[in-house]
Amino acid sequence: MARARPAPVWLLATGAIVGAAAVLPAAYLAVVVFGDFSAAMETALSSRALETLLRTAALTAAVVLASIALALPIGWLTVRTDLPGRRLWAVLCTLPLVIPSYVGAYLLVAALGPKGMVQDALGVEVPSIYGFFGAWLVLTLFTYPLILIPLRAALRRIDPQLEDAARAMGRGPLEVFRSVVLPQLWPVIAAGSLLVALFVISDFGAVSILRFDSFTAEIYIAYQSSFDRVAAAALGAVLVVAMLVLLLASSRVRGSRRIHRLGPGTLRPTRPYRLGRWRWPALGFCALVVLVAFVLPVGVLIYWASKGISTGSTSWNTIAALGGNSLLIAAWAAAIGAIAALVVAALVVRYPSGMTRAVERLSHAGYALPGILVALGLVFFATRAVPALYQTVALLVFAITIHYLPLAIGPIASSLVQLSPRIEEAARGMGRGQADVFRTITIPLARGGMMAGAALVFLHAMKELTVTLILSPIGFKTLATDIWTQTTYGFYEASAIPALVLLAVAAVPVYLLSEQGAAPS
Amino acid sequence: MIDVTPQRKRLLAALLVFATVLLAGCGFSTEDSGGGSNEPDVEGITLYSGRIPAAIGPAVDSYEAAANRDVQVRFAETADLAATLVEEGDASPADVFFAQEPGAIAAVAEAGLLAKLPRDILDRVEPRFRDPEGRWVGITGRARVIAYNKGVVEQAELPPSPFGLTAPKWRDRVGWSPASSSMQEYVTALRARYGDERTKQWLEEMVDNGAVAFPDNVTIRDAIAKGEIDVGLINHYYVAQAVAEEGPDYPVAVYFPPGGLGSLMLLTSVGVLESSDRKEEAFAFVRSLLSEDSQQFFTSSSKEYPLARGTEPDPSLSVPVAKIPVSDAGLVDLKEIQGTIELMQESGAL
Repeated sequence: MARARPAPVWLLATGAIVGAAAVLPAAYLAVVVFGDFSAAMETALSSRALETLLRTAALTAAVVLASIALALPIGWLTVRTDLPGRRLWAVLCTLPLVIPSYVGAYLLVAALGPKGMVQDALGVEVPSIYGFFGAWLVLTLFTYPLILIPLRAALRRIDPQLEDAARAMGRGPLEVFRSVVLPQLWPVIAAGSLLVALFVISDFGAVSILRFDSFTAEIYIAYQSSFDRVAAAALGAVLVVAMLVLLLASSRVRGSRRIHRLGPGTLRPTRPYRLGRWRWPALGFCALVVLVAFVLPVGVLIYWASKGISTGSTSWNTIAALGGNSLLIAAWAAAIGAIAALVVAALVVRYPSGMTRAVERLSHAGYALPGILVALGLVFFATRAVPALYQTVALLVFAITIHYLPLAIGPIASSLVQLSPRIEEAARGMGRGQADVFRTITIPLARGGMMAGAALVFLHAMKELTVTLILSPIGFKTLATDIWTQTTYGFYEASAIPALVLLAVAAVPVYLLSEQGAAPS
Repeated sequence: MIDVTPQRKRLLAALLVFATVLLAGCGFSTEDSGGGSNEPDVEGITLYSGRIPAAIGPAVDSYEAAANRDVQVRFAETADLAATLVEEGDASPADVFFAQEPGAIAAVAEAGLLAKLPRDILDRVEPRFRDPEGRWVGITGRARVIAYNKGVVEQAELPPSPFGLTAPKWRDRVGWSPASSSMQEYVTALRARYGDERTKQWLEEMVDNGAVAFPDNVTIRDAIAKGEIDVGLINHYYVAQAVAEEGPDYPVAVYFPPGGLGSLMLLTSVGVLESSDRKEEAFAFVRSLLSEDSQQFFTSSSKEYPLARGTEPDPSLSVPVAKIPVSDAGLVDLKEIQGTIELMQESGAL
């Protein structure tokens, strides 16, 4: 699909800068691990590390499978059928992504835990949500939209002619879905699953509250109990290796298949499937997911918030200032992240080489690692290289952008893959310069992907906690750090208002993301 | 081309929002919590605090007022701050580190990052509440106790030491937090007093008896309050704070077991960074934390034990400081904690 033409120098140069920035967390791990290699190997290769890795792998696989099982029917129902209120359901089913996993976990414990609100209301014992089951449930409910979003966008773009042809040949709807639609969806499912998997291996908040000993818990034990930075970095390096394996698996599934259409003309809108009486179970399914993943946790928050307001402990000026800071960081990270990701994606998609692929893969380390390792890596490099920038807003934005860059690379890369390089070649053939083509053709056509990528970075930056606590200017507080301050001592009521404001702000990009699928592209 | 108008509109809207936010952000707010509006404008020391604003705010304010200096405070998890200090090394902007857990300050001291404190500061507390090498000093103490649900358990039923919680009577009713540093400190102290053999046996019996593992003290307290479990091993003041918040009807009470190491004193502590170029100011700040006023604030608001000589504990603390032992293992020894973690891992507790 790509020609062996060298990438333009300006693109390579910006790519090198982005690449160098993105591999900083991985480079920090390397510095620490090679500082005491034998001790690091002893930790990384211990049977305990292996056991924990396998346990985490099992959780990751279970969460990915369950997320696909949720995203696939919801995506299909909200794009390709006459489900009543399907656009509303699309937004509602994407909203669980705004709930930070640590908030989601403690809300589910409050609601579904032993002696929780649901058990009190029903008066019966509910099965324990602690351990593997609880971690699986929470992580699935709050991350499956990472698959749903690209899936809906892809369903919109699929050429209906193939399906029509298959239907005309007498295949039933299920058979058409399996043999024609599904094969075209695997690449985006694989890309979304990768993000879900990386989220699961890097999450600490949810698994610690739900008492599942995952790999990140080991990393935190190394820090919080024995203060052993070598052991922590060694375990982080194991996560990076695990991440590389996941990336290889995901690119295997994606393969090198051609996805852009070659035929002339625009996409014809598809005829929605009539659900008939099946619409009731379909509605019930969507409603159940929204109830557990969104209504229940938000309901608990509103209940706490009402108690907090009645005690009069809320200062709206403070909340506004916190919200402003959160917005500031998230908006900058989203804008820079989208541009940086475009550069990486353009290099990998248009000028694939061992080098560009290596940079793209290692840049995922920022997302696969728990926040503390990303933050410490930046502390290490910034205090040595750019002390003047240490603990400034600029460095904080830089760190958060690195942390979430992979979220933006995915959607932008898929929009570039779907864009036939022949359009760019045609423009080149008409005598336009490479930079000019990039500006007038590539960027406008990749805009959908850039918006989606920026929205994902924005959303995660809003929720970010650990990196902000360590790298922000002193006294700089966000909604997320305020929630942390309140919940540290168990003041849940006081944390409910900032949490609700955070959800409301984060819901804006989620709305844009779920509309992404609805926009013509 | 395809019709792009709706998309372009959305893009414009997004750009507009961005622009507004970025502009607004030029004056981002770094309002200090609890600081009030009349902060001194002379820049003072930088404090890395593992304790949340509510736990130290007024103590910082009173120093600021007396010294006419504005203290810059970074709040984060104690362990994360310790790790940050180690990575920063000599380049650290911090002058003072306030640690909520004892292991963290030992880690920073062991990395050679803490300055020796002046004699007069060290002498404010009993020798057992400070670093033998004088690099940090205890500010407040928190006792390891047994918390229980008043509605379910009579205090008289409780065993004289946590060793008794392995009895069949307590099966599936006890909560603990093996991953928390306070529990690990406690186990380290048990090893020093009773040996690895006995400690491991206790850990194994606890696991076999269905002890429920929670991530921290707060979740244990809340689980007891909800009736998920009936008793738990926690730090005393988490309960005292909830009682202060919720009133005397709060269902959880604490019991200081008299036997063995039933109630062990764990310290919050402070050290001054060797790399600080404001050491005299930093020492003055530490003196202020050990002053009668600040110590009174700590004990009355957090219900912790004041460690400076001469300050009386809050009336709600009925067991005197002298009755609460510190660990025979020395206050903190990271190598010992490593051994504790291995023992806890072998016994299945962690």
